[in-house]
Amino acid sequence: MVKVTIWGSLRSATDGQVEVEVDARNFKELLDRLATEYPGLKPQIERGVSLALDGKIYREAWFTEIGPKSEVVLMPYMTGG
Amino acid sequence: MALDSKMNRVFKVVGTRPPRPDGVEKVTGRAMYGADATAPGMLVGRILRSPHAHAIIKSIDVSAAEALKGVKAVVTAADFGVPDDLSIRDVQDNCMAQGKALYHGHAVAAVAANTAAIASQALKLIKVRYEVLPHVTDVDEAMRPGAPIVQEARALENVAAGFSENVTSQCEFGHGDLEVGFAKADKVIERSFTTAATHQGYIEPHACLASMSPDGKGDLWCCTQGQFQVRTLCAEIMGMDASQLRVTASEIGGGFGGKTTVFIEPVALALSRKSGRPVKIVMTRDEVFKATGPTVSSSMDVKIGMTNDGRITAAQAQLRYQGGAFPCGTVEMGAQSAFACYNLDAVHTVGWNVLTNRPKEAAYRAPGAPMAIYAVESVVDELCQELGLDPLNVRLKNASTKGTKSSYGPTFDDIGLRATLEAAKAHPHCSAPLGPNQGRGLSCGFWFNFGGNTCVSLNINTDGTVGITEGNPDIGGSRAAISQMAAEELGVPYDKVRTIIADTNSLGYNDVTDGSRVTFSVGLATIEAARNAIKVMCGRVAKIWGIDEDAVIWEDGCAKPSGANAGDFTPMSIEEIAAISSNTGGPIAGHFEVNADGAGVSFGVHLADVEVDPETGATKILRYTVFQDAGKAVHPDYVEGQMQGGAVQGIGWALNEEYIYGKDGLLQNAGFLDYRVPVASDLPNIETVILEIPNPGHPYGVRGVGETPIVPPLATLSNAVARAIGIRLFELPMSPPKLLKAIRQKG
Repeated sequence: MVKVTIWGSLRSATDGQVEVEVDARNFKELLDRLATEYPGLKPQIERGVSLALDGKIYREAWFTEIGPKSEVVLMPYMTGG
Repeated sequence: MALDSKMNRVFKVVGTRPPRPDGVEKVTGRAMYGADATAPGMLVGRILRSPHAHAIIKSIDVSAAEALKGVKAVVTAADFGVPDDLSIRDVQDNCMAQGKALYHGHAVAAVAANTAAIASQALKLIKVRYEVLPHVTDVDEAMRPGAPIVQEARALENVAAGFSENVTSQCEFGHGDLEVGFAKADKVIERSFTTAATHQGYIEPHACLASMSPDGKGDLWCCTQGQFQVRTLCAEIMGMDASQLRVTASEIGGGFGGKTTVFIEPVALALSRKSGRPVKIVMTRDEVFKATGPTVSSSMDVKIGMTNDGRITAAQAQLRYQGGAFPCGTVEMGAQSAFACYNLDAVHTVGWNVLTNRPKEAAYRAPGAPMAIYAVESVVDELCQELGLDPLNVRLKNASTKGTKSSYGPTFDDIGLRATLEAAKAHPHCSAPLGPNQGRGLSCGFWFNFGGNTCVSLNINTDGTVGITEGNPDIGGSRAAISQMAAEELGVPYDKVRTIIADTNSLGYNDVTDGSRVTFSVGLATIEAARNAIKVMCGRVAKIWGIDEDAVIWEDGCAKPSGANAGDFTPMSIEEIAAISSNTGGPIAGHFEVNADGAGVSFGVHLADVEVDPETGATKILRYTVFQDAGKAVHPDYVEGQMQGGAVQGIGWALNEEYIYGKDGLLQNAGFLDYRVPVASDLPNIETVILEIPNPGHPYGVRGVGETPIVPPLATLSNAVARAIGIRLFELPMSPPKLLKAIRQKG
């Protein structure tokens, strides 16, 4: 199981939980599981999210492997100038 | 891709300062910018824009314009389809108003004619009947229930009740218990701030040349930060397959985020398709101000608690960003970055994106971060003043470091904030004496940085020189840095490598040049492409020598046998290997395609000394020093240039630049005479101190450097002014009339 930290405005979709646990080996599985288990997250996941894995920010890397002790943080999709 | 284990290597090319590859072309006027493109039979395109801030377009009569001799095509929204994708539809509607003009300067029709004079005359013959609507340009007014609604039903599901429909999205970040944190504080300060919308101020206006052929193929030449993004947007809008639209990026006279979308390109393509001729559109400066994307403007509240010895116990912010007439996601970046510099047990930030009757915002260096960090760093500075604490020591005491749980969630890896603060503390600037009406300001800054889709092709020419094809317009020296990294990896001189920017049909997809991603991502891909080419060359030499491929290594531009057991062979140089490539298997190349990740976050610290004239309110910058972690400075001249350029743009934001709207909702200062950017005579030499804390996610340790330096100047100057005259303004810009009024009120 992977612990995922959810940013504040999405916590209404996780019954107020700051962290949720899902069974996932990589980012794609993680996003799929989040959308299934917490349907309120689905609109944001479809609009785009970034994920931070052990402090590094990933924008679209479905197959990035997640270790069981990894720190995973859901973040808005990053844009820049 | 991890930092090379052999990071103790001594670089031979990386870290040097070779002449810039585009220098001669630019100083001799040979460089081809967007407006330099021409084609046989080319027409001139001109765009008619709304004179109103908000109006229903009741009808458009183009018959008289079409009848004018020399006019070859007129287009309105009726000439475009309705894209299924809402984000694409927004881009299209921003290029050509669909039913409603949403801001002063919104495009409503366009003409292609034989000459500019005829096109301008034709615009005057287009009859647009408007029904003028109430408008709103201020973010706080736009959020209130009852405000004029810019667009209906655009609010996302995450917006709380109680706002007008103009509030399109809401975000929230943070951790810890604020109540407990504020209870621990000896001093709590809560302030409200506003910042004005500012423009990127690129010298080259948007320009493009579009040519649609009767069989549906298209070519587009334009100044852009991302030709692939232009292709995606334009192909969708024009209903074309991506393969049939080739987009070529010109040299670019500045972008800073403002050229990451399209404004005129779909219009030129539509005019070309309708007229059957190539069409060129070049924006005037007036159009650039009115109808491209400035930054958001903001209204913010920040509350911070601190102990008597300078420990921050809790921090809270509410950020309200207006992003013009279409939804944006900029406040998310501000809300995440606001407190990123601090190691906090209790922090909470809420942000709202808001529609107004202004042009849609576009990215501008570290979008969303400068204003949020301005507000936070101002309150931190005021707390230092109130508690009699040294502002640099307080920042050192609270600085984020490796292992800090950031205010936006992730735990930081190796970062350079503490090192930059310590460098600032040790610098002579920090202790230089100050005179009357002079003050010293300090601020930290932060940007996330990211990687993205990147594709590089590296060809070993038959004479052993190297050609690199990449897909990101060079807005800050990336061609030089990429050539340097290839030269480093291949062991060849820098001047044997040439890097060019490919069109969209010559290379795989590349993300836009933004987010300080190019030197990091394209550099990373270049290193890997070079390693792939080296593998090919070593393999061929192994066959020539009749030994295993593993027994050949690459050093100093040569293939060499690796150790005594490999045999005694004379090393073969890249020139020798390339010269016989036809005999050994054909052309030698290396490629690398990646969606790069692992961009390390970036921190900077700025110090400024100012003097405020009490009789005029004018602020003179006496000294300015930028300290920034670059990971590894591939070409230090360009890194320093980014640090200086960002600082100067931030100085303009702090002191003078602002979009000024009248009560009628019309933009009052659409030109460089009334929109005051800093010029050389306004500025001292911007001193730079580069720190190199390697990014663990890049083979050479490179971090992006382009965004962070625009973040600290806003608070740096506000804090300096506050200490110079004992008056703190809570709004930007701190233009002379505002400062003079404050000085006189103080008496």
